[in-house]
Amino acid sequence: MAIFREFNPIERDRSIEDRRRHRQLTEETIKKNLADILSEESIIGESKDKKIKIPIKGLKEYHFIYGKNMPGFSSGNGSEKRGDKIFSDNSAQGQGKNGAGSDPGEEIYETEVTIEEIIDYLFESLNLPYLEKKKYSEILSENSCKKSGYQKKGIPPRLAKNRTVVEKLKRKQMTKKFMQEAGLDQELGRFPFKEDDLRYFRVKETKKRELNAVVICIMDTSGSMDQTKKYLARSFFFLLYQFVKLKYLNVEVVFIAHSTEAKIVTEKEFFHKVESGGTFISSGYNKALEVIEENYNPNNWNIYAFHVSDGDNFTQDNLRAIDSAKKLCSLCNLFGYTEILPGMFSSNIKKKFAEKIQAKNFVITTILKKEDLWPALKNVLKKDSKEG
Amino acid sequence: MDYTLSDLYTWSEKIEKMAVDCGLEFYPQEFEIVNYDDMLAYEVYLGMPSRYPHWSFGKAYEKLKTLYRYNLTGLPYEMVINSDPCIAYLLKENSLLLQILTIAHVYGHNDFFKNNRLFKIGTDAKYTIESFKNHARTIRSYINDPSIGYENVEMVLNAAHSLKLQIARTVGERKLTQEEIKQKLLDTYNDQHSNYNTLEPPKEIDPPDLTKIPLEPYEDIIYFLMEYGDLTEWQQNLLSIVREETKYFIPQIETKIMNEGWASYWHYRILQKLDLPQSLHLEFIKRHNDVVAPQRGGLNPYYLGFEIYHDLVERYGEDKIFEVRLLDRDESFIRRYLTEDLCAKLNLFEYKKKGSDYVVEEISDELGWEKIRSDLSNNVGMGLIPLIRVTDLNKKDKCLFLEHVYDGRELQCKYAEETLKYIASLWGARVELKTIMDNKKTIISCDEQNKVSIITYAQ
Repeated sequence: MAIFREFNPIERDRSIEDRRRHRQLTEETIKKNLADILSEESIIGESKDKKIKIPIKGLKEYHFIYGKNMPGFSSGNGSEKRGDKIFSDNSAQGQGKNGAGSDPGEEIYETEVTIEEIIDYLFESLNLPYLEKKKYSEILSENSCKKSGYQKKGIPPRLAKNRTVVEKLKRKQMTKKFMQEAGLDQELGRFPFKEDDLRYFRVKETKKRELNAVVICIMDTSGSMDQTKKYLARSFFFLLYQFVKLKYLNVEVVFIAHSTEAKIVTEKEFFHKVESGGTFISSGYNKALEVIEENYNPNNWNIYAFHVSDGDNFTQDNLRAIDSAKKLCSLCNLFGYTEILPGMFSSNIKKKFAEKIQAKNFVITTILKKEDLWPALKNVLKKDSKEG
Repeated sequence: MDYTLSDLYTWSEKIEKMAVDCGLEFYPQEFEIVNYDDMLAYEVYLGMPSRYPHWSFGKAYEKLKTLYRYNLTGLPYEMVINSDPCIAYLLKENSLLLQILTIAHVYGHNDFFKNNRLFKIGTDAKYTIESFKNHARTIRSYINDPSIGYENVEMVLNAAHSLKLQIARTVGERKLTQEEIKQKLLDTYNDQHSNYNTLEPPKEIDPPDLTKIPLEPYEDIIYFLMEYGDLTEWQQNLLSIVREETKYFIPQIETKIMNEGWASYWHYRILQKLDLPQSLHLEFIKRHNDVVAPQRGGLNPYYLGFEIYHDLVERYGEDKIFEVRLLDRDESFIRRYLTEDLCAKLNLFEYKKKGSDYVVEEISDELGWEKIRSDLSNNVGMGLIPLIRVTDLNKKDKCLFLEHVYDGRELQCKYAEETLKYIASLWGARVELKTIMDNKKTIISCDEQNKVSIITYAQ
């Protein structure tokens, strides 16, 4: 005779702790794979709430398994013939150059997160103090609200609890008074809230002075900046922009592409433009100075300029570049120079910058491989926190 | 929910009686009716929610949940634990017919657990639940011990999990003592010496090195690390726990097709005899066909097992399959009983990966079926796990030598590298693995700093 026990839920969800730990390890993996994840994202635009799928490749449970020459078996419909292709494994495409997905041991499963979530837990763990917000804009934002008085209808978050209790007490006193007047001499007993007692805050939109910032992205688009480098640069710029955006309500972005000459371009052009020929880094900096002078008065704007290059500059331009960089430092909150995958014969512009530029708000970083992206970013932002 | 608890009692009583009449012999049966979330948790912890904590269970949970959400895999009807009494979980949301079918199915598993040779000698059903609970308790106490802590425990568990299937694979085999192995080696040597062919020039045979560690190639890597490694007591205990729990699961790995086939065969037989009302009968046929449906691109163990038993009954009668369920495991089950006719009936074919395509290698015609049978029997159960053995240990620098017993199937290189890192970190010295890659002798080695290098030798 079998025993049946009716559904007896496990008191505590046993898996919570293991899922939390798994999630934590996943996040660490995401940080490691940041470049891959974010390289496809556009910097400005609607991506805030967009869900992106992240292939989690890092959390494998390794053990000895067979790879090649391992046969598979299936039941068919009888029409199979030797040499037939039954299916094709094309998942290797679009997975980066590792060709992930083609190995039998590969178990990719995806997790869906919004970009905002990624940004949140990335920067949350950074624990950096806010960027310096010394300048106020003259443009007033209309997004802030101010409480002003009460009203009877409203949404729950705006419930004015104290005021509601006061309303109830008022009604209770009134009732008591009325009963005395009517000569009724009994206890009132329980006296519940009535819908009539509820009061909500009335809010008024007000104008408030806001902090404005501009991020100037400067990139070398000469021939030596190949797709891999731009791919890293995009992730780098993306995160910088996201970080600045966390701190300011209004953030504008300017893209400056340069080879021997510099131009203001759209985001798309910025990442896809390829020019032949050499590099004058100074051209990019001068363009930035021009843009600042025309549109972003440093008294009203917090200016963040970042330059990404592979370090390949014409020697005769080095002095001019240093000069312009110094000027940028004097106008910007933060000016960063990031060298991505420098070539063997690069012209040591990084070394020259390090020697000649003493400004506190100047920061130099190097990204040699994908994994360096996150440390490089931290490096840039830490510098700022020191000054802030 | 279209049933009451008393419906289940009524039906299970009929089923149990029928099962006894059919000759099944089982442990006392207990059913627990659980909801969907709890079923997920039971599945992830392999029926033991009291298991020790590790992130891999969290991963399994998320993965399973995703699979269910996207309908990539069906909801489980049941989950049965090899214990005495046998415990089975039934999904509350299932229809009455599914519960009936599942209950019958569970009696099949229960009988299999109690009678199959591998379970009988390899597991101790009476103490199953208690021993899993004890293991979890021990591991939790290490986690709570401030001198050890969660992360240290996790590191050892990660390594232990990566090696858990590298243990002695023959269920119930007695370990020879060092002395017995020495004697065996000496006997072999003496035999070779006294029995040489007088017509051939005498060959120099070296006497065996009786100080070598291990004396002969050794399968059980975890045990070897416990015996000869520099591990603390808690580290040894963790390894030992993971090893013990794996030993409990090996009979299940080794008999997946037989066990599911057996349960499917009996739910089918019992429900046929149950005299189900017309409405339930139609649902029964449909559900049963879903369970044993062929699967494109893979082999459904329920289907394969069911068909083989069915075929055996047709040819030899029901007594035959009782004998089979006593003695066999998937490897021998397929080798002995997958016939040419069955291969053709099931349209079995074998495929291999070529570049990015999967290409049909063999089909079940006169020429191909034997290769399919033999390759399939080598690719079930523990046959799916590469065999890695410890061959030697350099006593000077502690370097550990492993070999992969190559049978034409190559190791997945990246996985081998990462697993070696785990071994090296537990072992605390360099580890070398001999294998064959692209038909070339290859040595993958990992030093104590977790640096991996691969050397390939020309033919």
